[in-house]
Amino acid sequence: MLKQIEGSRAVAEAVGLCRPEVICAYPISPQTHIVEALGEMVKAGQIEGCEYINVESEFAAMSVAIGASAAGARAYTATASQGLLFMAEAVFNASGLGLPIVMTVANRAIGAPINIWNDHTDSMSQRDCGWIQLFAETNQEALDLHIQAFRLGEELSLPVMVCMDGFILTHAVERVDMPTQSQVDAYLPPFEPRQVLDPAEPVSIGAMVGPEAFLEVRYLAHDKQMRALELIPGWAEEFRKAFGRESGGLMHTYRCEDADTIVVALGSVLGTVKDTVDEMRDRGAKIGVLGITCFRPWPSAAVRTALGKACRVVVLEKSLAVGLGGIVSTNVRTCYSGNPDCVHTVIAGLGGRAITRASLSRMLDTALEGKLEALTFLDLDKPLVERALAREREQRRSGPIAENILRDLGTVASKVT
Amino acid sequence: MSLFQVRIHGRGGQGVVTAAEMLSVAAFKEGRHAQAFPSFGSERTGAPVVAFCRIDDREIRLREPVMQPDALIIQDPTLLHQVDVFSGLARDGYIMINTTRTFDALGIGEFVREFDPAHLCTVPATELALRHVGRPLPNAALLGGFAAATGRISLACVSEAIRETFSGKIAEGNVAAASEAFEHVRKEIGEAAHA
Repeated sequence: MLKQIEGSRAVAEAVGLCRPEVICAYPISPQTHIVEALGEMVKAGQIEGCEYINVESEFAAMSVAIGASAAGARAYTATASQGLLFMAEAVFNASGLGLPIVMTVANRAIGAPINIWNDHTDSMSQRDCGWIQLFAETNQEALDLHIQAFRLGEELSLPVMVCMDGFILTHAVERVDMPTQSQVDAYLPPFEPRQVLDPAEPVSIGAMVGPEAFLEVRYLAHDKQMRALELIPGWAEEFRKAFGRESGGLMHTYRCEDADTIVVALGSVLGTVKDTVDEMRDRGAKIGVLGITCFRPWPSAAVRTALGKACRVVVLEKSLAVGLGGIVSTNVRTCYSGNPDCVHTVIAGLGGRAITRASLSRMLDTALEGKLEALTFLDLDKPLVERALAREREQRRSGPIAENILRDLGTVASKVT
Repeated sequence: MSLFQVRIHGRGGQGVVTAAEMLSVAAFKEGRHAQAFPSFGSERTGAPVVAFCRIDDREIRLREPVMQPDALIIQDPTLLHQVDVFSGLARDGYIMINTTRTFDALGIGEFVREFDPAHLCTVPATELALRHVGRPLPNAALLGGFAAATGRISLACVSEAIRETFSGKIAEGNVAAASEAFEHVRKEIGEAAHA
């Protein structure tokens, strides 16, 4: 059924259709609307047999999800930013134990400086935690990915993180096609746990493992993710047949067939990138887009094939590996057959900075001219940075950087964008 | 109909974000694609707030803020000299201001001299809301005016969107305010055409 609703609402309704049995969450912007909506739905009796647990922190949220999942319940939670960091220890435990929890991460920057706006630093900080990480391009894909996530996670006995851009998607009202309960029931069978805490057949979960077998347990975790790579395309295809639309899978390519330049990105910025690429195509540029949906496991072979004959790769990413540059681009370089120097990193959209067609177009034109640097910070206000650096050169006690830079910038309330 | 972009300026508490959402729902009910989203940040009562709405016949992929609006809705005229509300507005754009005053009296008569007079509307939306709803929330009334000025959406769809957002008396009050604003703007445009 077509609906014009907020992204958060769409995700909450989709999670509801997946018949979760335990939902535990602690509110944090921009995730709040999702768990508020689910709270209302549980209270109104719209999700049968579901317990909603208010917890006192994100650490508790993931701990409760672990307990619930280990007891054989379909468990869901959601978080963002500092919330994800606060639960980090339990996040590693969920995957280490192989518990198929589904968690939405409404992507947001990490402080300091404190910032509530969107980027991918939160999810990227947990990229090696052993969870499957899927990134949504639109609200439609966000809701579809949640349905796929329960299926995927439970089949493999692995937790799945569905990443959607905070505010840009969570707070955007747009058209979505909401599936029916019977469609979701047909796609998502009841949870059959591989391990369960059952008083009738007692087991313990969470043994201490010493040097004699730790490597083997970790190897099996890696092996499971590698198997996920093989299974995800099939499940996406099954989803397409059942729901009539393309959603999920490992990645999406756009106008890549004859492209000599390919832009790689994750999440909602892909729409703006595609519009920019269309304009550039009209001007004769041979340029395409590769959107990564599945970031973990990293789809090496598929990315290698997609980048195929491209002689230039521009990786646009909303996170910064401080002291290195790009995270996604570092992954891309491992599976690009061409000269690794032709993989460019563009850091953009940090802390909610708008990524505009105008800026993308300028940057990509520079790339086509062969003049793009290895590492670029899109729309960096160089004079502002220069002032801060000068202050540090001129005086020892130069003071707090964030406060100084805000003073230099003056009031921003009068700016429209 | 090709892409049409709307930017709504107001203050925290005036229902700016709700206005953009209702506009997108109205466009959806017309069978169009629509995308509404707020400019996040100063979520404080009284602080300047901006929200955006795009309407198109095809899927909207673009996620940047609306920088070249086709129409502006200004819910609070005290923003006119505080925020760069007209940023990116083309000469053939629409301006709708919640006020009982004229563009000249607001001090922007000179600025809008080159604009199409039929695209310049003032709506006493706060007064309409006070009369019909009992609260000074001008957002729904302005959407009625928007429907009349731009012809991009029908009053019927605006009313449906209002009823989906609010319920009972508040919904009906807002529908009445939007309908009166619609008639007000229609008359205003008629006068501009004969001026």
